[in-house]
Amino acid sequence: MKKPFFFIFFFIMTASMMAQSGGELRFCLHSEPKTLNPVLMEDDSSETIRYLTGGVLMRVNRQTQELEPELATSWKVTDAGKTITFQLRKNVRFSDGTSFTAADVAYTMQLLMDPATHSPTGDAFRSGDGKVQTKVLAKNRISITFPSPISGLDKLFDQVAIMSATSPLKEMAVLGPYMVAENKAGSYLLLKRNPNYWKRDANGRQLPYIDSVRLDIQQNRDIEMVRLTHGEIDLINSLDAEYFDKLESTDRSMAHDAGVSLDAEFMWFNQVPNSPLPAYKKAWFTSTNFRRAISESINRSDMARIVFRGHAQAAIGPVSPANKFWFNAKLQPHPFDQKAALQLLAQDGFHLQGDTLRDRDGHAVEFSIMTNSGNKYRERMATMMQQDLSGIGITLNVVTLDFPSLIERMTRSFDYEACLLGLVNTDLDPNSVMNIWLSSSENHQWNPGQKTPATAWEAEIDRLMKAQASSLDPNKRKEYFDKVQEVAWQQEPFIYLINKNALSAVSPSLHNVHPVALRPQVYWNIDQLSLTSEVAGNR
Amino acid sequence: MKYARLVAIGILVAVAAACLLANFLAPAPYAHQYREIPDASPSHQHLLGTDDLGRDRFSRLLYGTRVSLLLAPAAALLSSLLAGLIGGIAGFAGGRTERMVMAATDLFLSLPWLFLLITVRAVLPLNVAPLTSVIITFALLGCLGWAGAARVICADARTFSQSDFLVQARATGSSGFRLLWRHLIPNLRPILFAQFWISIPVFILTEANLGILGLGVAEPLPSWGSLLRELESFSTVSTQPWQFVPLILFIVVVSSFHLVLTRQELPT
Repeated sequence: MKKPFFFIFFFIMTASMMAQSGGELRFCLHSEPKTLNPVLMEDDSSETIRYLTGGVLMRVNRQTQELEPELATSWKVTDAGKTITFQLRKNVRFSDGTSFTAADVAYTMQLLMDPATHSPTGDAFRSGDGKVQTKVLAKNRISITFPSPISGLDKLFDQVAIMSATSPLKEMAVLGPYMVAENKAGSYLLLKRNPNYWKRDANGRQLPYIDSVRLDIQQNRDIEMVRLTHGEIDLINSLDAEYFDKLESTDRSMAHDAGVSLDAEFMWFNQVPNSPLPAYKKAWFTSTNFRRAISESINRSDMARIVFRGHAQAAIGPVSPANKFWFNAKLQPHPFDQKAALQLLAQDGFHLQGDTLRDRDGHAVEFSIMTNSGNKYRERMATMMQQDLSGIGITLNVVTLDFPSLIERMTRSFDYEACLLGLVNTDLDPNSVMNIWLSSSENHQWNPGQKTPATAWEAEIDRLMKAQASSLDPNKRKEYFDKVQEVAWQQEPFIYLINKNALSAVSPSLHNVHPVALRPQVYWNIDQLSLTSEVAGNR
Repeated sequence: MKYARLVAIGILVAVAAACLLANFLAPAPYAHQYREIPDASPSHQHLLGTDDLGRDRFSRLLYGTRVSLLLAPAAALLSSLLAGLIGGIAGFAGGRTERMVMAATDLFLSLPWLFLLITVRAVLPLNVAPLTSVIITFALLGCLGWAGAARVICADARTFSQSDFLVQARATGSSGFRLLWRHLIPNLRPILFAQFWISIPVFILTEANLGILGLGVAEPLPSWGSLLRELESFSTVSTQPWQFVPLILFIVVVSSFHLVLTRQELPT
């Protein structure tokens, strides 16, 4: 008779601990949020605030990568992708008590799309010339019509925090789990639980479990680590490989590696026709064989193992395997094969003379790669490439520049040979990289702003990207984007090197944590997190 | 103090000899990456272990010391010569020339050095070998570091130009150049010498600062700046105390320079 009693008691205790309500969750922002207005946010810290306070119509579940209903209970995309109609959740109120209606969605969309607002979030919805029309069909029903079709339209609403049309508190009235209660500039932000948050757990209990979130502004990563190990903060959302290893060696339970993330490190060669480079170097950089030879001469596995201490994997192409739907699984990593690289180079007339690789005119193959100073991971990657490329007789000079100088060379003077940078990806949809792959785009880094595509393969990528953007069928879109990935894999305008893992640190006092590869890695389910009674009681 | 100076000179000679003989003393090429043993602890093969890319730390320390210790005096010599030329002429000429030159010097002194160096470094050609880049870096330091010394030299040159022996020399019919060459410069030599010694640790420190910002000597060539960069993360360094060796050597060498300098500043 004692055992069942014990189990019931244990179950009640565990359940109560897991659903521990109250306490204060603490973690650090690495810079001060530039704005608290959700339509104007673009920096990481501001986006954290938006994620914690903003109520959205639907949310991409960071674990399953599927779209889930939030303030909209259902939605339908019609009119060939131009119109989306939402059925809204009833009896929802903003944090200040004002009711949530279709008028609030209309107000938010108008604000978002107003050119005078200059909203970075709104840019994703700009499909063509003309106005966005919102039509309030009922108190809880609204349709939004865009001037041109937008593929993947519904997922874009993951970033749109609904604002109140009537509240005198303006953006401070929120629909998310928390609201900003205190903002000490340069020091901390205190978020308090939204008393009107609509979501409840399976037992009907109002979420979130944790009463408040304190976000300390802390730039220094060392101090952040020390604070975590001393129990002053509860999590670090994104960790460097070095800190991760250090933490793992001291307390394995706190270190979480959620596997490969969307972030990529890559290099490219300057292929701008009017760049101030000698003609023979332009010929090297525009040669597919040359780019592929360089790619195959770089030991990506060593990079992942040494620079990122094993918390990264060799990149395959433009899409990380972490992007479950859009990644082309048919593609394989480029092999590290310097013999094959020399054969590719021989096809273009390159030959080894002693230890030096020379082109058909006798020029020794030597080029520089620039990267931003202060990023020790990139500097290490470049130094490793130096040794790898010396294996096929190429001299690589590594140059670190301050960021403004680097951007100046990259976008205006085009006075550089190769560049090593990274891409922090937050969006899964290929539409978010249209500005990189379209040859006419200013962000088409290897040869930006082309009036007509310079090569046949760039014309092909243009065609495929436009085709995927104009299709509403996800499978058809995937087919097109798979082909883009294949062309990019073959031509290597960007030589993708590494996909970093999503590393984070979580205190054992925080429960129901399931770190994932997508941002925000640790607190994506913020309303489900809870603190142990001991920690909650002390804060 | 005399004993301390002798020790300092001994240290400097020993360090200079070690780095000049780096080709023979270094157990491994400074750039070679032993990729199977990154971050290795000290061993017989690698006396100070290996760095994060598997490069032998002891070899890098020897070559890095050579770079910093040879080029910092070269930069100091350049800046002292510029300071002597500009400050000496200004002080000797006096009047409007002195005022104009000193105004330009003040303007130069008011420029933020670090930003100036970063800007100048950014407009230089990218495709240069590491050795060229290190020479460029120290040449820049030399070209930009004359202003403070020029002020001191100008003040002394002005004092000398009004001194009795120079008045006497003028009275005997000595020309401007002869006055400068035979009378002024020999008297300014101790001050120039002192400025030269002062500049060496300053340039070593500046290169180290640039290196810490990632804007100093290009990889794979080591310098004290790039070696000290490893100390950025104290949480990592705390488990590998041998990483402090470059810092200790740096402190010892800079202190030794200051002790030797005291000797030079004494009246002869």
